[in-house]
Parts: sequence; structure tokens; C-alpha cells
Amino acid sequence: MSELTHLTLADARDMLRAKKVSSSELTRAFVAAMERARMLNAFVTETRDRALEMAKASDERIWRGDARPLEGLPVAIKDLFCTKGVRTTAGSRILGNFIPPYESTVSQNLWDAGAVMLGKTNMDEFAMGSSNETSYFKPAINPWRARDSNENLVPGGSSGGSAAAVAASLCLGATGTDTGGSIRQPAALSGIVGVKPTYGRCSRWGIVAFASSLDQAGPMTRTVRDAAIMLSHMASVDEKDSTSVDMPVPDYEDGLEGGVSGLRIGIPKEYRLQGAPPEIDALWQQGAYWLRAQGAEIVDVSLPHTKYALPAYYIVAPAEASSNLARYDGVRYGHRAEGSHDLVDLYEHSRSQGFGAEVKRRVLIGTYVLSAGYYDAYYTRAQKVRTLIKRDFERAWEKCDALLTPATPGPAFPVGRKSNDPVSMYLNDVFTVTVNLAGLPAISVPVGLTENGLPLGLQVIGKTFDEATALRVGRSIELAANFTDRPRSWWMA
Amino acid sequence: MSVDKTTVGRIAKLARIALPDEQVESMMGELNGILGWIEQLHEVDIDGVEPMTSVVAQKLKMRDDVVTAGGDAAAIVANAPQTEDDFFVVPKVVE
Repeated sequence: MSELTHLTLADARDMLRAKKVSSSELTRAFVAAMERARMLNAFVTETRDRALEMAKASDERIWRGDARPLEGLPVAIKDLFCTKGVRTTAGSRILGNFIPPYESTVSQNLWDAGAVMLGKTNMDEFAMGSSNETSYFKPAINPWRARDSNENLVPGGSSGGSAAAVAASLCLGATGTDTGGSIRQPAALSGIVGVKPTYGRCSRWGIVAFASSLDQAGPMTRTVRDAAIMLSHMASVDEKDSTSVDMPVPDYEDGLEGGVSGLRIGIPKEYRLQGAPPEIDALWQQGAYWLRAQGAEIVDVSLPHTKYALPAYYIVAPAEASSNLARYDGVRYGHRAEGSHDLVDLYEHSRSQGFGAEVKRRVLIGTYVLSAGYYDAYYTRAQKVRTLIKRDFERAWEKCDALLTPATPGPAFPVGRKSNDPVSMYLNDVFTVTVNLAGLPAISVPVGLTENGLPLGLQVIGKTFDEATALRVGRSIELAANFTDRPRSWWMA
Repeated sequence: MSVDKTTVGRIAKLARIALPDEQVESMMGELNGILGWIEQLHEVDIDGVEPMTSVVAQKLKMRDDVVTAGGDAAAIVANAPQTEDDFFVVPKVVE
């Protein structure tokens, strides 16, 4: 059983096609692994019966010679994607037992390509968080622990359940969403690969909205190839999302092994943080060395507005969230407060009971920065800073084809360590958030362990719609790093 | 800029989130922590800079003005906490 769950998505696909294993066998192995790992709290909803049914249908197609690109491959879905007939919570109490009458475009694309759904993964409430601790369903736990320690660590967030599920080999891959780093940061903290595509590459239709100008779906997997395969079947042109771009989706697996010879890789000096652990800097230099050794040219670049990205983000994202979350009213779906005497009272108490502390903070910040008299001082200013951040990248692209940076300012931290200090939690996304503000694609690749045995990642940022180059550089780093460590299976029930 | 208790109460009202009196003080502290940190944006020279309005340069898409979905009231009210026939039920709003 464990042998099957440790396959890469690409190898599992090849074995299914060669009929060396059936989807039913593979799916049973993952269902068993998922059920034995409940201690990780990676899933908020398990869909065992549906998984086995989908696997059976896939096996029939494979035997008929009618297999689709992801036929029979078990994956997990972040609980932010609406799944028809399967409870979708966004990690919040306010959605209650919401059962969507429709399917998100991204998950529909995966089912249309033949993938099998194992369940819905845990996440920070409404994707607001960097540790999975704001989830109404209690935090997901990182499969990794420090050497000689039994302390529970966070898997990062907001896509923490997806990261934990992939790292613990409970699925072949999982979907995530990334508004300020919510795919790449948990991927780095959990020792897996995560890709945030260009804004507009994946449809946002049916994904519970957080900050609409920043949200983007992407894959979380154990290898770069697996991420390329998954992304090829998540992305699409979708008339249901007016920001989905009218560009054909390439097969990202093609050209993955093209190498980096002749590519110019930029090293932005502003990503060197004072007080960051020396291991982060050492790994970054190591990454640049690996790429140079494979024929890339390393160039120094400057992104002067980097330090303003997080504060700008914490105006723009809460502003958009305060508007998007206005729909939770206790009337049409989700949690409704008991005993309200009038409509406003019903709204106020349903929302007060249904939203957690971090969501309330952000909705209030967003309401404040958009309120009369403050709009220009905060919101307009932040959108201007955003223009400057985007311009920084455009200038950098004159000198390089992709950028290499650390993925996070440190490794996974203990549950509870940062949850009482919002700003220190926000700083987790210092290396990832610029990319969302500028709409760029980026990949986080696991490259090594700290002295304490915890994974660290590097980030490759690509030009707009150039996921292919970011993936190719990521693949070159993966080859050189040869990161084969796995977490010890302490969670097995 | 920082917010006082009255402002916190006002924005909670605007956001339609009930905030009990005993929570106003701590919420004020947390919001001011965040707003104080955001203040650094005032160091940036934004003279003559246009605010970003679209992430990726793209023309707004147009589509025919036709009904693409609908006619399924049962599915729409299926998740509602309280319904009557195909209507959402709320507390009385008109005396």
C-alpha cells in the first residue's frame, strides 16, 4: 500500500496506462492512507465513496482504451473550491453545511481530465492566514517535525491541508489557491512543490472569493513534473470568469527538461533580509550556483519597492475581502444567528458568530480603508504602490528571464507561536506577496533541510504568462537539489 | 492614522459585524497595530503614478445579454437556513 502512495503523479499515470495497477487499487491505497492520517487534520471532508466510484469508472475507461490525461489519479481539493453536492466550507463557520449546487471550473477541469476526488482539504478561514491556524476546523498539522522533537508544527497556509496531504503522501497532488503566498509558502514549509500561475490563467469561477484581483488557483505536488501536469489540466479559458485570459493553455510538461543554458536569472538584492536565518541566504546562493553550473547567467537586479509590498497588500486584500464577504448574511446560505429581532440584528449576529477573529480584523480594516475620507489615503495610495511594484518587475525583465528568491523567511514554526501577533504572521509572506500584486507566475521548489531537519524552498518568478520558463528553472533546481527526504510517518493510526 | 473606540464601533456597524463592548478595546489595539505598520506606505513617492486597475493588460470581455442559467429556484433556496415555498425568510422588515 505505502509503495503505491509514494508514487509521483507522473509515475502513477504511466503505471495506470500500462495497466500495471488499476485506479481502484491506487485509490484504495490513498483512501487508507488518508483515513490513517486523521491526526494531521489535513482533510475537513473525506469523500471515500465518491473516490471509489470515480476510480471504478476510470478503470472501465482505461480498459476500453479511452483514458483521459489524468485518468484514475486521486487528488485532493482545497475546501475553497465549490464541489457540486459536496460540502464546501472555506474553513469558516459561516458557510455552515453549504452544499454547492455547482462545480468550480478548476475542479470540473480536473474531473473532465479523469482525476479522482479523495476529499476537501483544511485551510485558513477564507484563505486568510499563513499557518492554517485560523481554520474553524482546527489547524492542519505539518507531517514534518524537527529532529528529536515531538512538537507539532504548522504546515503553512492558507493551503495548509493541501500541503500536509501532499507531503504525507495522502494524495498524488492537490489544488491550492494563492492570494499572497497561500500555495508557495505552505509548499516550502511542507517540503513540496507549489505553483501560482499568472493571474487569469486559471478560472476563479466557483472558488470562494477572498481578494478578487489577487486570487489564483494552482497545483501542489511532490515534483515539478507533477505540478506541470496538473496545471495543464486546471488552467482553461472560461467565459464564466471575465478575467480568465483568452490564451490557449500549453502542455506544461513539454519542454520541462529544456534546462537553463543561456537563461538570465535575476537575483533581487532587496530579498536579502536583515535578521533572516543564515541558512536561508546560504540556500539561495546555493540555488544560484546550481543554475550557473547548468549554464545560466546570474545577474543582480533591483526591485526597489519590495518592502512596500506587504503593507500595500494589507490594504488591497482586506478592502476586496470586505466587499466579497458582504454576501454572508445568514439569509441565503450558511450560519444564521438565532433569536434576532430585526434584519440588521440578524446580519450583525450571524456575521459576528460566523466569522473568526482574523476574518473580522480584515473585514474591519477593509471597511475602514474604503470608508469616506480614507479611501484616497489608503486604498488609492496602495493601488499606486502596486503600479510601482509591477514597474519594478518590468524593469527587471529587461535584464533577466526569471528571478530566483527564497520562498519563505524561515522554516515551519510551532502551532501557536505566531497566532497572537497578526503582523508577525503577515511577515511570512514577505517573499511571495510581490508576485500576487504584479499578477506574475511563480513556483516554490523544496531544496533542502535546516540543521533541525525542516524543509526550505526556493522561489522562481517568471514573466507574465511564462509559467513554462518558471517551471523549467524549477525543474533544473529540483534536479540539482535532489531533495529526496520524506517526513517520518509518526501520524499513522 | 489610528482609530479610536468610536471609529471601531462605526466600522463594525458599517461591516454589519456585532462587536460586544468588551471586545472593542482589544480590536482597537489589533487594528492600530496593523494600521501603524501600514503607515510606512507614506514614505513612497507616488507623484504622477496611476493606480493599478487591472492586473494583466486585457480588454474587458463582452458577451451576449442572454440568460445562461437559472430557472432552478429549488437549488437556489436549498442551502437557506429558513425558507417558505421558494422564498428566503427574514425577520419582519415592514410594520
